[in-house]
Amino acid sequence: MSCCAPTEIVSDIERVEHSTPSPEEMLLVSRTLGDGIRQSDLSVPGVHCGACIQKIESALSKLEGVAGARVNLSTKRVSVRWREGKVPPLFETLERLGYEAHLFDPAADKKDEALAELIRALGISGFAAANIMLLSVSVWSGAEGATRDLFHWVSALIAIPALAVAGRIFFRSAWSGLKHGRANMDLPISIGVLLAYGMSLYETVHHGEHAYFDASVTLLFFLLIGRTLDHVMRERAREAVKGLARLAARGAMVLRPDGSRDYMPTEEIEPGMRLLLAAGERVPVDAEVEVGTSDLDCSLVSGESAPQNVAPGATLRAGTLNLTGPLTIRALAAAKDSFLAEMVRMMEAAEGGRTVYRRIADRASALYAPLVHLTAFLTFLGWMAVSGDLHRSVTIAIAVLIITCPCALGLAVPIVQVVAARRLFESGIMVKDGSAMERLAEIDTVVFDKTGTLTVGAPRLVNADAIQPQTLALAAAMAAHSRHPLSKAIAKGGAAAPHQALADTRELPGYGVEARVGENLYRLGRADWAVSGGSAETGTVLSKNGELLAGFEFEDRLRDGAAETVRQLANGGVQMEVLSGDRPAAVEKLSAALGIQAFRAGVLPGEKADRVAKLTADGRKVLMVGDGLNDAPALVAAHVSIAPATAADVGRNAADFVFLRESLSAVPLAMRISKDSGRLIRQNLTLAVGYNAIAVPIAILGHVTPLVAALAMSLSSILVVANALRLKGAARPTIAQAAGNAKIGGATLGSMEPV
Amino acid sequence: MATLLYLIPIALFLGGLGLGAFMWSLRSGQYDDLDGAATRILIDDEDEN
Repeated sequence: MSCCAPTEIVSDIERVEHSTPSPEEMLLVSRTLGDGIRQSDLSVPGVHCGACIQKIESALSKLEGVAGARVNLSTKRVSVRWREGKVPPLFETLERLGYEAHLFDPAADKKDEALAELIRALGISGFAAANIMLLSVSVWSGAEGATRDLFHWVSALIAIPALAVAGRIFFRSAWSGLKHGRANMDLPISIGVLLAYGMSLYETVHHGEHAYFDASVTLLFFLLIGRTLDHVMRERAREAVKGLARLAARGAMVLRPDGSRDYMPTEEIEPGMRLLLAAGERVPVDAEVEVGTSDLDCSLVSGESAPQNVAPGATLRAGTLNLTGPLTIRALAAAKDSFLAEMVRMMEAAEGGRTVYRRIADRASALYAPLVHLTAFLTFLGWMAVSGDLHRSVTIAIAVLIITCPCALGLAVPIVQVVAARRLFESGIMVKDGSAMERLAEIDTVVFDKTGTLTVGAPRLVNADAIQPQTLALAAAMAAHSRHPLSKAIAKGGAAAPHQALADTRELPGYGVEARVGENLYRLGRADWAVSGGSAETGTVLSKNGELLAGFEFEDRLRDGAAETVRQLANGGVQMEVLSGDRPAAVEKLSAALGIQAFRAGVLPGEKADRVAKLTADGRKVLMVGDGLNDAPALVAAHVSIAPATAADVGRNAADFVFLRESLSAVPLAMRISKDSGRLIRQNLTLAVGYNAIAVPIAILGHVTPLVAALAMSLSSILVVANALRLKGAARPTIAQAAGNAKIGGATLGSMEPV
Repeated sequence: MATLLYLIPIALFLGGLGLGAFMWSLRSGQYDDLDGAATRILIDDEDEN
């Protein structure tokens, strides 16, 4: 991307291996619009400005077969309409422009009914509130007699659609709460609004002086603002997460017995079918290799950082990534019996075992509703006893209800969470719902996964200095021809040295790269293949005519900010643990480097979830940070969970927070913002209670009029919102820091890559 | 008083027009991409040849 400074880096293109969807996959996922036009939806997380829109739309529209393309900047998607026939090269075009693109499932995306209803209700209640307030101000300014009655009648009429449309949202929620025997926040709201309207109508009919139409409708309007904002923020986060890359393949190329090929959806693959798996594709179902050798990346599935060699006879698990060579495999199980599906089942089991978290707002309203109703009732009784005037007693009791009506209380919690979600969003952290922030503020233990979470999952060459520059340059030149992660690490490590162009190279998947220069045969790859006559060396080596030239050592690169994060968490008194499916040596080394004492290696997915459950049973509140498929059950079992954007999509959907940027400092930042928002929520609740403490005595003494109610309601709401806006987000990075973190157009800004 | 009898309905009608326009804009999908709509103003139309 070169249009403007990147503000959100979603993922390093070279880090997350994802293949460009095949034309068959695109055809499978597209929708027909009729008239021979199909529509494909792509998610393009890197889009963020007007120049991006223009570039993408014009480039895609120019493609042959494309009828039109439209970018949606808010959801970061492109809808492309194309004519049936040849599938246009959308992904190649986008990647050439510098945008990572993923195929998006329209089936997974239903129209947001709730948002449309909320905005409609907001519009109608806003219209009603404004017009009724106009008329009320006239009354307060001194309209008398018949004029006042006329205004009251008109207000009553205007309030009817507002109550019907806007009030329905609250009435419905209060009613369903009542049916389950619970009183939620919507119950006092509904009762207050209905009683206010009823009483005002009665007053109007009897030519009374005070009518509370404006109070009831304005209350609905203010509360709806809070709800709509909350909904929009949550939807935005969910959409952003949905738009990231998908782990499971949608389909696979099936090789039929008669030799023909057929692209079938994953669900239709049966055991015994032979499938063709190209390099760069993910294994769709558990299978056994029949023909071919290759290397497999299992990091997202099991947490192992080193790629595995496979040869005919080896078993492959669904979700692993085929790196180097094409394979013919035979399916061993259907998709629903694969490892992926097993993870989903474990996740559901973990979810059932988790205790339901009661949100602060619900806890407050459980206290609030009965208290308010009791106060109003007692006021009624008291006035009846004192004055014996039924009309006056009822009026004052309802006035008490109205004045205590939770305008401030109903806004206190949602508005803080909306502001907090916004601050997190600006730092590239998506939060799925408000209760996640409340839960994050409570934790005292953090469990980390290793591969892909604490580390980036990409190996790094560490002994480059010990190797002769020409040898390194030659190795880098050869390594450039392979997609194997170790080759890419060598290519990067030797990039500084000038290298010769090699004419005759070929890659042997599962073994390495071979090159011929003059009469010399160079081999870069597995020691037992490169060095003739066997060798004590293991790992990756470069050999010349069968003789060892150099050995290479690798280390998994630590994620940016990992050490800093561990230090910050330790300072905050949080206990930490590493649970990994990788080999003990690697896990121990990493834990020592970071300073975490407790660690376990070789952990199976079920064991991870069990460990989290045991910590929870011990009374600890656990935050799980993980990215892989093997972390998914543990993510669900924990009190709250965070996943990086590069995580498996199952894990991303299970986690409460997803962070888009590379740095692990998202974890302490999210914790800080959650704690701050918890503090502001408590302040807001105190403000709301304080306001009530002042207003209720005034109401009981009978001094509340519609003017007083309107003023009190507005002032308390403004106060609560203003307090919420005080929430501080992350400190803005300096230009140097931003340059160090950013990559523009694939090349790194600044001199050194962050290590 | 007589003036109010026709002024108030006129005021409500105008307000109703505004509400109707809002509902229409909602249904025609103008709120689907607020960020995009904001930045599209700045895009120059390329010369159509």
